Amino acid sequence: MDTAWEKAKFKRPKRKIIDSLFRLAAFSSAVLVVVILTLILMTILIRSLPALKLSMIIRTPGTGYYLGHEGGILNAIVGSLELISGATLIAFIIALPGVIYLNTYLKKNSPFSEAVRFSLDVLWGIPSIVYGVFGFLLMLAWHLRASLLAGMVTVALVELPILSRAMDETIRMVPSEIKEAAYSLGASRWQTAIRVILRQAFPGIITAVLIALGRGLGDAASVLFTAGYTDRLTTSLFQPVATLPLAIFFQLNSPYPEVQQRAYASAAILTFLILLISLVIRFFSRKLSRHKIK
Amino acid sequence: MKKEKVRRLISASAMLFPLLLTVAILTSLVLKALPIISLKSLPTLIFSSAWQPQKGHFGLWPFILGTLWVTITAFILAAPVAIFTSIYLAEYAPGKLKKILAPGLDLLAGLPSVIYGLWGILLIVPFISKYLAPLFSSYGSGYSILAAGIVLAVMILPTIINISVEVLNSVPTELKEAALALGATKFEVIYYVAMKKARPGLIAACALGLSRAFGETIAVMMVVGNVPEVPHTLFSPAYPLPALLANNYGEMLSIPGYDSILNFAALLLLLIVLIFSLMSRLYLNRLKRRS
Repeated sequence: MDTAWEKAKFKRPKRKIIDSLFRLAAFSSAVLVVVILTLILMTILIRSLPALKLSMIIRTPGTGYYLGHEGGILNAIVGSLELISGATLIAFIIALPGVIYLNTYLKKNSPFSEAVRFSLDVLWGIPSIVYGVFGFLLMLAWHLRASLLAGMVTVALVELPILSRAMDETIRMVPSEIKEAAYSLGASRWQTAIRVILRQAFPGIITAVLIALGRGLGDAASVLFTAGYTDRLTTSLFQPVATLPLAIFFQLNSPYPEVQQRAYASAAILTFLILLISLVIRFFSRKLSRHKIK
Repeated sequence: MKKEKVRRLISASAMLFPLLLTVAILTSLVLKALPIISLKSLPTLIFSSAWQPQKGHFGLWPFILGTLWVTITAFILAAPVAIFTSIYLAEYAPGKLKKILAPGLDLLAGLPSVIYGLWGILLIVPFISKYLAPLFSSYGSGYSILAAGIVLAVMILPTIINISVEVLNSVPTELKEAALALGATKFEVIYYVAMKKARPGLIAACALGLSRAFGETIAVMMVVGNVPEVPHTLFSPAYPLPALLANNYGEMLSIPGYDSILNFAALLLLLIVLIFSLMSRLYLNRLKRRS
């Protein structure tokens, strides 16, 4: 009895020490994560500031741009925007009806919906370089060259599982009472889906689209051999298109310091766009949910 | 009623699209890889380290090893930090701090891989070649497995943290309170109760991070050096499978078997990543259903 009590008395400080050490480890890990995030943003910002000029975003590469002469990366900014809007549109057109079918026509735990959700998980896990390879094989089969169209299709495939899964999650959250109320008023499944469920899930769907846009904007591996690259603005689906990640990548490989500087500036522009998207997501998810029936 | 039928048909086929796409990707890669598999045997392709496409030697072993080294380094660096951070976020952090950290993590998760690669080139690579490698009397450019591992580790941090926090938050408060009431310290509550209950979920989170790391391309190829040799130390350069594809796939050279071996490399990558992400997804889904 006595010794046990003695032991406990001596053990108590040790337990306390372990407790505070653990707390310290957890705290310092969290601090480390914050430091890394700041370090990344600061590195990009500090390195890019000297090269960040207005001409970067309003001009296309001039003659001798890659030797350090005048010009900008308007081609890549516009190209990226063209690419992701087309890609997201394609992905959305495929994802939306599929998700509606999953949630209104099928029973809750039908083997079909399980299989589809499972395949979406599978697709989510596939690295974008493999999508790039698949896109290239599609191009060969359709006798397409590296072009805006081929890039759009490939990026659409990358975005599809992200978009579908995110929309599926929000639509699944819609309370079934609302659905049942619509059915009881004589609405068909389709009417219920479009007029009731989609309206209710609208903020979530916008968020999902924005997430997919962000993913498409940043993805380089899938457009590497499907979208090509050009110094001019792309005006047709069958022309190659420049993209921001590849603009950074190519300029960085240049031996000229002026061009490398511009890679940093392009990185700042890309980071800014991504930041903008994530801010809009936060804004939307707060603002739009006001109109939801709760 | 006919309209309804058409709509139903269209949306049903849209729903089947992901299933068909999965099958299409797999079969097209298998078909394209078959010529080289039938020409050489599978073991030679995988375990031979001779990579001389001009002479018809297609050993993928250096690339497979490169992928493994980089991924495992990243995982060893990321997993403890991620788990500790998620413990802090789930158990210790005050609400205000969480509100600040959450958008930060979202941003970190959303940053494109080129940005991470650029960060690696600007900061990690010089740091390794100037300060870290000389400590181990190794002198090189800094473009190395370690550089790629560090960059990748940072990239998979938010993936692991986000899932882990969710898993830790799902541990019932009553369990923790019961342990606290018995006189356990906070550490004992977290270690013996929360983490024990959350262990499968934490493992699945790590596995998901691992599969993300496997397939990452651009950021890795920017800092890893891309030398097709079997790596020996953390400071030696490597040439992972995704980088091999990214550097060579677009320009189909007229070397016989070259495009087929690249498709085989893509297939290999796909299969490894699939097995990993499937196992962890299945695991997570089963956990979700149980809770």
